[in-house]
Amino acid sequence: MADLSVSMAGISFKNPIIPASGTFGFGREYLDYYPVSVLGGMSLKGTTLHRRAGNPPPRIAEAPMGMINSVGLQNPGVDYFLSHELPKVADEDTVIIANIAGSAIEDYVESVRKLEGSAVDMIELNISCPNVKMGGAALGSNCTSAGEATKAVRKATSKPLMVKLSPNVTDISEIARAVEAEGADAVSLINTPIGMRIDIRTRRPVLHNNIGGMSGPAIFPLAVRMVWQVANAVKIPVSGIGGVTTFQDAIEMMMAGATTVQVGAAMFQNPMAPVEIIDGMNHWLDEQNISSVREIIGSVQPW
Amino acid sequence: MDQNKRLEKYRIVRKETLAKECFRFVIRCPDIAKKAQAGQFAHVRADGFFLRRPISICEIDREAGTVTLVFEVRGEGTKALSELREGDTVDMLAPLGNGFSLLPEKKVILVGGGIGTPPMLECAKFYGKAAVVITGFRSASAVILQDDFKRTGAETLLCTDDGTAGEKGFVTEPLRRVLERGGIDMVCACGPNGMLKGVVSLAKEFKVPCEVSLEERMGCGVGACLVCACKSVKDGEEYYARVCKDGPVFKAEEVTL
Repeated sequence: MADLSVSMAGISFKNPIIPASGTFGFGREYLDYYPVSVLGGMSLKGTTLHRRAGNPPPRIAEAPMGMINSVGLQNPGVDYFLSHELPKVADEDTVIIANIAGSAIEDYVESVRKLEGSAVDMIELNISCPNVKMGGAALGSNCTSAGEATKAVRKATSKPLMVKLSPNVTDISEIARAVEAEGADAVSLINTPIGMRIDIRTRRPVLHNNIGGMSGPAIFPLAVRMVWQVANAVKIPVSGIGGVTTFQDAIEMMMAGATTVQVGAAMFQNPMAPVEIIDGMNHWLDEQNISSVREIIGSVQPW
Repeated sequence: MDQNKRLEKYRIVRKETLAKECFRFVIRCPDIAKKAQAGQFAHVRADGFFLRRPISICEIDREAGTVTLVFEVRGEGTKALSELREGDTVDMLAPLGNGFSLLPEKKVILVGGGIGTPPMLECAKFYGKAAVVITGFRSASAVILQDDFKRTGAETLLCTDDGTAGEKGFVTEPLRRVLERGGIDMVCACGPNGMLKGVVSLAKEFKVPCEVSLEERMGCGVGACLVCACKSVKDGEEYYARVCKDGPVFKAEEVTL
């Protein structure tokens, strides 16, 4: 048994694998398959200050080696999250990450204030949701606003702060540096690149929102590249997200520089994906005589 | 980690073509058959495609340890599924979602439209003579499962849009006639949205409780990803319910079709 534990933003994770926000509800939907205590952590559904209905369906479409979605941050709001959802997972032996989204900096600030003193272990600031018209990715797509949002939220919370970055930008490293400078303890990336599918029979986009975020293996190389660039640009740890489906993908993501690895769309195909990735990593490390998974973080040998 | 569930693949023991581009798989899966209820669905992986395809369960045979899925080729994914043969295995998550209420000693009308017909068969088996089954299809060439419904002992009424089989017209016409006879405790329906709207409004007119099974493009199938949204009402407030987890069967008054 290799040591799978990692530390990120001052928090210990028993292993690096975290179901990604938006694919794992508020942590109870997969309990028929495995207890959440096997996971390093879990990033819960993006939550806003007030409840959001989300976008009209259809919200999902198949894509080559993946999918696109346009849920649009449907969630019951932070108060409901605190009163009804969080208590049901608060005692679970895993790191609880609250993904906080919004449309204005004041909303983010008020949301994270409400989480003070709660069982949430870490905040993932979502300034990169592609499926909402106001805020979301708009805040995260330039250094000034990304920095301002981070600065304001940093002041409002005592919890470790991770900022989730959008790939729909010219230079993701610059954004990462901007949020690092304003006090982010970690960055997670990538949120979904924006895509589109059209039904050639009806000439209508498959998604009612016309466009949506791509996920699945199709975006894996893009995610590995961005994780590698960001890991080389900042000193804070990186949580790697994007198309991770197998344990080999997770190891690749860590070699690119990720300290933890988030798994999302893979679960739609295989609900056991996070557990199989953890087991597979463990065996691989043993086979390679590597005693701790920490040894592989950022270990890529670039040409 | 034996606290974790093992995912299995299940063998197709019989495959039949029911109509053009419409197939029946009888799948051996004793653990699923034991738990499955009428109206629940299986989330089936199609080789070469990323997303699973939700297919409602048509029949459950607990003794034989099988469930039957009936599906139509709608696109590339279902096309790939249709190419599976007897003896092949299929990767499916099941049973998922909430099924129809099955009320002992009650009289019901079961309405199925097109490829929404299959889940009504397991309901019909439960009710036997206490059910009136009304099914509607585009045309005679699309008609499926009529002998199966007759074998349940239910009264069966068939209609087609073009009159090539059964009576010409929509299911709502025979539905009105049967409701007018009275003595019906519930209406259950699955089919295209337009049909469901008609069925729900008739059930309401006759003050008979009604349940409908909905379809939507799905992601996870277990309620985690919120993509399969359907407009619903709770305490006077509209919200999007999850078809996979809160449904696919809903009380008619809970959803906005």
